[in-house]
Amino acid sequence: MGAIFKRELSAYFQSPLGYVFVAVYYLFAGFFFFNYNLYNNTTDLRPLFDLLFSVTIFLIPILTMRLMSEERKSKTDQLLLMAPVTATGIVLAKFFAAAIVYLAAMSITLVMAGVLSIYAPPQWPVVLGHFIGLLLLGAALIAVGLLLSSLTENQIIAAVGGFCAGFFLMLLDALAGVISNPFLAGLVTNLSFYTRYQNFTLGMLDFSDLVFFTSLTALFLFFSVAVFEHRRLS
Amino acid sequence: MIQIRDLQKSYGSKEALRGIGCTIKQGEIVGLLGLNGAGKSTAMNIMTGCLAASRGQVLIDGIDIAKEPLKAKQKIGYLPEIPPLYTDMKVQRYLEFIFDLKKAQGDKKRHLAEVCEKAGITQVGGRLIKNLSKGYRQRVGLAQALIGNPPILILDEPTVGLDPTQMIEIRGLIEEMGRQRTVILSSHILSEVQAVCGRVIVLNEGQVVADDTPEHLEAALQRKNRCIAAIEGHPDRVRQTLLGVPCIESVALLAETEPGVHEYQVQGRPGEDIRRPMFGALAAANLPLLGTRAHRLSLEDVFLQLVSPQQQPGGDA
Repeated sequence: MGAIFKRELSAYFQSPLGYVFVAVYYLFAGFFFFNYNLYNNTTDLRPLFDLLFSVTIFLIPILTMRLMSEERKSKTDQLLLMAPVTATGIVLAKFFAAAIVYLAAMSITLVMAGVLSIYAPPQWPVVLGHFIGLLLLGAALIAVGLLLSSLTENQIIAAVGGFCAGFFLMLLDALAGVISNPFLAGLVTNLSFYTRYQNFTLGMLDFSDLVFFTSLTALFLFFSVAVFEHRRLS
Repeated sequence: MIQIRDLQKSYGSKEALRGIGCTIKQGEIVGLLGLNGAGKSTAMNIMTGCLAASRGQVLIDGIDIAKEPLKAKQKIGYLPEIPPLYTDMKVQRYLEFIFDLKKAQGDKKRHLAEVCEKAGITQVGGRLIKNLSKGYRQRVGLAQALIGNPPILILDEPTVGLDPTQMIEIRGLIEEMGRQRTVILSSHILSEVQAVCGRVIVLNEGQVVADDTPEHLEAALQRKNRCIAAIEGHPDRVRQTLLGVPCIESVALLAETEPGVHEYQVQGRPGEDIRRPMFGALAAANLPLLGTRAHRLSLEDVFLQLVSPQQQPGGDA
């Protein structure tokens, strides 16, 4: 698992993909930081983290599109299949490699909070809550993207699938608004990534939100392992 | 040692393997022969744990690959038909990755240097795989199979797409590797199998139709009902005389070997030994029979005979 993790991590930076992802993330985060914090002279990072929700949803598919699909296309998945490594180990290695790149990108928010602390101390517990929320959101989206990537050998289809999934997750709240049945509306709202994420940006560290994102991550990773195993069995 | 028992694999309604079985002993070099779609790659993928069988069992040194895959896989080096190479990596870095992936033991640097020397890729260690020629890529693929010194090597068409020089080099390499290991290779090139392998397993439509040494296979399928005869006399008379023998079906003129002497391919009925009746008929017609020789089948002929849908293995037709 360690070997695959290292190889995946280095693969991100042997091609422009890793650099582009991190650079675009920094670009958006930098723009929002300038616009909402530096320009308005505030240490409140809530608008920044709020806007990074959409950025994360649309950038994660770029990060995950090649994870499994490229292996299938170039037939290097055989190398992994014949290696003394379990399917779970392979999937987790790929997940953590993508998560580390994402972490490197989103860590810019801590630098921004550090910059603000020079002028006035931000509320560090709230910043930490934001950071955890953004990290968990990214992890869940990486797991979704990993599954989509394992379903196809075409990276573009994996990316488009990821965008669609992200768009659907964003629309869940709007969907809840038009559902008349209160139970269904409540269910959709509870499944909404945005609602769950907003709790973090409001400075609330709710245990149910933590469980929601971690269990979704685990579920999609489980599906990815199942898809990988299914291909070996079919 | 590899034991394959009643291996069966289906893709939907299509049966790729129909219960194949064999035992491959330590130190053997075995060739898997078969037409496209015969089940060679499927069998190899199951042996290496890349694919699960629908039924049956593969034991690697007594370890069931389905039950203890991690343990069994450490004993196998596999070169699939398309070498599994990360083309964005340098050769040395790629091999280091394989060493770690296979959890190989020992001094990594020394082991990789040995493997590179064996595969003849020492001089390209610092190059990106995508910039290598097909021959070198194949060698890198072979090197990855050798990492960890696995006692069993499984090579799926290792020389496909290579030029003749590269083919000879890779073949030499396989022969050298076969001195210390069990090697199973699939190939379409029969001369290659004949040159390298001590045993041939012929697959046809997912079944083993022959399993023997190349020499025994050739001998088993030699036909006594067919021979090449050098006969003196006018070809029309010779043909008429021979076709008058009840057990002879056809006579084909091959070439004039000496003035007035021609070679013929004489074909008799299935299962009949035509040599004595032919001699008797020619002697009666005063047509000197100057020589006969058996119509030797090459491995190509044997292979075609075995996989031909009209013919049964080992049968005369």
